[in-house]
Amino acid sequence: MITARKSRLALAVGVALAATLALAGCGSSNPLDEPSAGGGTDKGGETIVVGSQAYYSNEIIAEIYAQALENAGFTVEKKFNVGQRDAYMPDVESGKINLFPEYTGNLLEYLDKSATATSPDDVYAALQKALPKTLKALDYSKASDQDTYTVTKKFAQDNGLESIADLAKLNTKPVLGGAPELEQRPYGPAGAKKIYDVDLGFSATAQSTLESLLAGQVQVADIYTADPAFQTKDIVALKDPKNMILASNVVPIASSDIADKIAKVINPISAALGAEDLVSMNVQSTVDQASAEDIAAKWLKEKGLD
Amino acid sequence: MNLFTDAIAWLLNPAQWQGQYALPTLLGQHLLYTAISVLVAAAIALPAGWLIGHTGKGREIAVTVSGAARAVPSFGLLILLVLLLGVLQTPLAAVITFVLLAIPSLLAGAYTGFEAIDRRVIDAARAVGMTEWQIFTKVELPLGMPLLVGGIRSALLQVIATVTIGAYVNLGGLGWPIIQGIPLRRFDQVLAGALLVAVLALLVDLLLAALQRAAVPTGIRSPSPDRTSSSDRNGRRSARRAASVTA
Repeated sequence: MITARKSRLALAVGVALAATLALAGCGSSNPLDEPSAGGGTDKGGETIVVGSQAYYSNEIIAEIYAQALENAGFTVEKKFNVGQRDAYMPDVESGKINLFPEYTGNLLEYLDKSATATSPDDVYAALQKALPKTLKALDYSKASDQDTYTVTKKFAQDNGLESIADLAKLNTKPVLGGAPELEQRPYGPAGAKKIYDVDLGFSATAQSTLESLLAGQVQVADIYTADPAFQTKDIVALKDPKNMILASNVVPIASSDIADKIAKVINPISAALGAEDLVSMNVQSTVDQASAEDIAAKWLKEKGLD
Repeated sequence: MNLFTDAIAWLLNPAQWQGQYALPTLLGQHLLYTAISVLVAAAIALPAGWLIGHTGKGREIAVTVSGAARAVPSFGLLILLVLLLGVLQTPLAAVITFVLLAIPSLLAGAYTGFEAIDRRVIDAARAVGMTEWQIFTKVELPLGMPLLVGGIRSALLQVIATVTIGAYVNLGGLGWPIIQGIPLRRFDQVLAGALLVAVLALLVDLLLAALQRAAVPTGIRSPSPDRTSSSDRNGRRSARRAASVTA
């Protein structure tokens, strides 16, 4: 009994400790805090540190930036796979990482929770204002990695669906599948009701959103625009004429002190990177298992940017 | 501490008490998955554990199997099963995961309960002419009950804590506020979900602790609630007395 009581106390203490640790983790802790050797800006901007998220598609874009800069004669250090935004943004802001492929909408959401812009231009303009002084957004690209309301091609044909507003024509209430947080996003079911007057159910299909759509468990699925499935499966994204969904275009975020110097290398990449380019590079990565380096080198060659 | 008050405020907000993800619904889902999983696990583990405890055979196998089962990471197993069984079978995948999690504790509780009984008690029962079934139901079951309830208790706690990951595969439960809150960076919501799971686990643990105390047969119950190793010997002696009385 004594030991049982002790272990119960230990459990309570453990819970409290775990909570404290978790909370501390939400603060400013930062896996890259140790002084990293050769961090670009202090050495007169000779070495440019290019970072990427722990996301294969983002790494491909970072690889394109890195190779293009190398080809243009810059010394480049790669810091890829640096987790998610919470983990890397402090280092991008402080200049430990000089160039990072980002997504306009998602980054704006991170920097300014109250932002209301949704169309690509508005989001980009709002992002430029929201960025700290140490950072500059270079030109954004047409390629995006943003939420969509996607249906199977067959379902779209059978019901004559083209835009999100057409979902109101259905006799039964369609169910929207997506990540758990979509339920709370402004472009979730509540947003569809407000902006398009469409009633939607919700199912938190998370990682199996595509499978759930193909299995017919949900009729509408939130699939990211850069998803390889747009090339490999018979699915189609519904149009969003009222810009309900937050636009999230690929945008290079650079340290302000080197932004102008690398703009002539990076901006042509943004101009050349189309929506289909990103999807097809993601297919090469997931289906053909090609490495990010090879995919990036091939794309630069195709576009004559090497 | 600010976050704690925010979390409490989140819990008390009427918005959390209605709709598809109302807190009572989530609690119900959490308890339902816990109950189903522990019941299924009990239906498998208890007969097996009793058989091992009664016959004294197969103990090594049980130890090996339950040891291996304890080492399986639940989250990985859940995702693997969802991939193998398909998205239409996620509830089944989840129940299998939680059942495998609950089995080791239940199995151990069942056979150690029997093993802890003084062999002389069993021998005495056999000597006075009890059948094996009578020994099982009248001697081993009651005397093994406290340790069995202990096994159920730890299985329930582990399952309650782990059902949280069910929200990752669209099964709701009290993990939902946590899993939805992290990408939204709403840490009041995340903390509120974590608090709910912790409180539920503690409540169930208290309930089972009381049940565990009540499960000690009257004959071997010691006068003082704080039993030490020496009074445990007394307990054994009185257990023998109890066995002779039952016989």
